[in-house]
Amino acid sequence: MPFLRAFGCYLPERVVDNAELAPMVGADPGWLLHATGIAERRFAAAGQSVAELGIRAARDCLAAGGVSASEVGLLMVASGSSERRFPGPASVIGAALGIPGVPAIDLPMASAGSLFGIGLAARLAASYGNVLVVGAEIMSRVVHLDPTSRDTAILFGDGAGACVVSERSGVAEIADSLLASDGDFAEALQLHLDSPLYMDGRTVILHAARKLPRVISELLERNEVKPAEIGAYLLHQANLNLIARVAQALGVEERKFYCNLSRYGNTSSASLLIAAAEWWREAGPRIESPVVLAAFGAGFHWGAVLARPACL
Amino acid sequence: MDKQTQIVDILRRLSGKPIEPAPDESLFESGLLDSFLLADLVAALEAEFSIRIPDSDLRPRKFDSVSLIRTYVESRS
Repeated sequence: MPFLRAFGCYLPERVVDNAELAPMVGADPGWLLHATGIAERRFAAAGQSVAELGIRAARDCLAAGGVSASEVGLLMVASGSSERRFPGPASVIGAALGIPGVPAIDLPMASAGSLFGIGLAARLAASYGNVLVVGAEIMSRVVHLDPTSRDTAILFGDGAGACVVSERSGVAEIADSLLASDGDFAEALQLHLDSPLYMDGRTVILHAARKLPRVISELLERNEVKPAEIGAYLLHQANLNLIARVAQALGVEERKFYCNLSRYGNTSSASLLIAAAEWWREAGPRIESPVVLAAFGAGFHWGAVLARPACL
Repeated sequence: MDKQTQIVDILRRLSGKPIEPAPDESLFESGLLDSFLLADLVAALEAEFSIRIPDSDLRPRKFDSVSLIRTYVESRS
């Protein structure tokens, strides 16, 4: 069985609070906080690339797990905001880590990309050993920071997260995963290279509010685990109200849902891994009770992963 | 009780307000419905009318007025 071995993350230094963002989008700082629950977010520096953020998160993760880059057998990088069509950031991150020859796969998926990476890594670890999964995003460059795009511009931030999935040992055993997609709603959340991010928020929230509790419930039921037995729920940090709705639907206290949205905004595919890394630093290094990771996003793609404490 | 009255009752219950939307009034434009209330509305319609609303029908425009909701519910009944 595969294991979650370590998490890591990187957040750009520049903090953009609501007082700085509000004039750009023609809004009041207090309204921004009330409407989104986001107090501040990080913006990458002008010269930074998606790959650079990913490299820093990867190094943080490898160091946290005591894994050298030479021990990585497969690299997967999720990003919906990479700067070019190809090559994506995966091969660049692999080169920077000094692991030529190791396959580096891009997952051009926003939001749920890193969750899909973990789900796939759990199946591929038996063949590749240590699988390094990275989610890296510079969302501040794919929204228009002006009043006409206010409703989307205020939601996002930049950052990167990483996770090592290992064949032999780790802090939690990946018991099961459930991944799903539905392209009938591909138009609801999309990003073309030559235009800003488009989001039909009503459709996205409607589906997320239904699919996230359902996929988590299905995963737990088939593993005979009750929602209350889960020690921590680590979700894609998209929306505070959505996270509260998922908690309510599962009948679980909100305090079990780790949340850093107020500090970073929605960092798309990076958010799940950033949340996991911060939670693990606070709760770890040993994981004492089962953990659920879950995400929903553009595609639509969604899913959940169940991990149980590793036996000593 | 006819379906239209039942639908308005559901909207009142969910919004917590004594609303009286006109049959063709846009519930989104008038602020009576938002993204999260819509999710609750879909669940309430399933329970109230004993219907199953498939994910493929989860398009907000289908639920943007009392008339549209009634037409949809009748198509699923």
